[in-house]
Amino acid sequence: MESTLESVNKAEEMADQIATRAGIDEDTRSGVSMAVREGMINAILHGNAYDTNKRVNLSFEQSDRELVITISDEGKGFIPDEVPDPLAPENLLKTSGRGIFLMRAFMDEVRFRKLNPGTEITLIKRLQSS
Amino acid sequence: MSMKASTRQVDGVTIVDLSGRITLGEGSVILRDAIKDLLGKGQKKILLNLGDVSYIDSSGIGELVSAFTSVRNQGGELKLLHLTKKVHDLLQITKLYTVFDVKDDEATAIGAFSR
Repeated sequence: MESTLESVNKAEEMADQIATRAGIDEDTRSGVSMAVREGMINAILHGNAYDTNKRVNLSFEQSDRELVITISDEGKGFIPDEVPDPLAPENLLKTSGRGIFLMRAFMDEVRFRKLNPGTEITLIKRLQSS
Repeated sequence: MSMKASTRQVDGVTIVDLSGRITLGEGSVILRDAIKDLLGKGQKKILLNLGDVSYIDSSGIGELVSAFTSVRNQGGELKLLHLTKKVHDLLQITKLYTVFDVKDDEATAIGAFSR
């Protein structure tokens, strides 16, 4: 996908549709869509810095047990553990830095992998067996 | 759905009725411009009505925080009105619910501004 805001919105819509098909309830689905939106913002804004020469890859894989979403960029990369805690009192009034926190809040598992160049974020939502 | 903002005055308080999504891009910019415009006109008692705001992302949260601190730094007050469940939950998990003064009733909110 191109490194544009349209891709962020498109990815969010795709996540909602796929989560719906996976039978995820509305509240949980909203969280999954938001996590994907935040992952895409992270990739396009912070990773590729809206550079249209750099691409973002987005993939969805669904099994009986989980929905796995992977987002990768071609940016300079970052160290997740060095991102300040947005819930710390000194950071509460910061105007940015909540994206990773929100991904972790809404997904069951969030993994980061350093690419060369770039970062891959894997978002996992476990599906409740019926 | 794009964001819309309209303002009205009640008892010296500027109510900004917002609708749509406050997200990265247009939504955040509309909110930022609305607050900048009000502060430029000296209107520092601002009530953001979020009753018709369906969705806020991290950029939108940042814009709300920015609005709050901008108004406060100019000696004003900014309060939030009519949060939807989604927005309420988002402010709860980000621990911002206690930072903002959140009201459920417009008359009560207007009465809560200092005179």
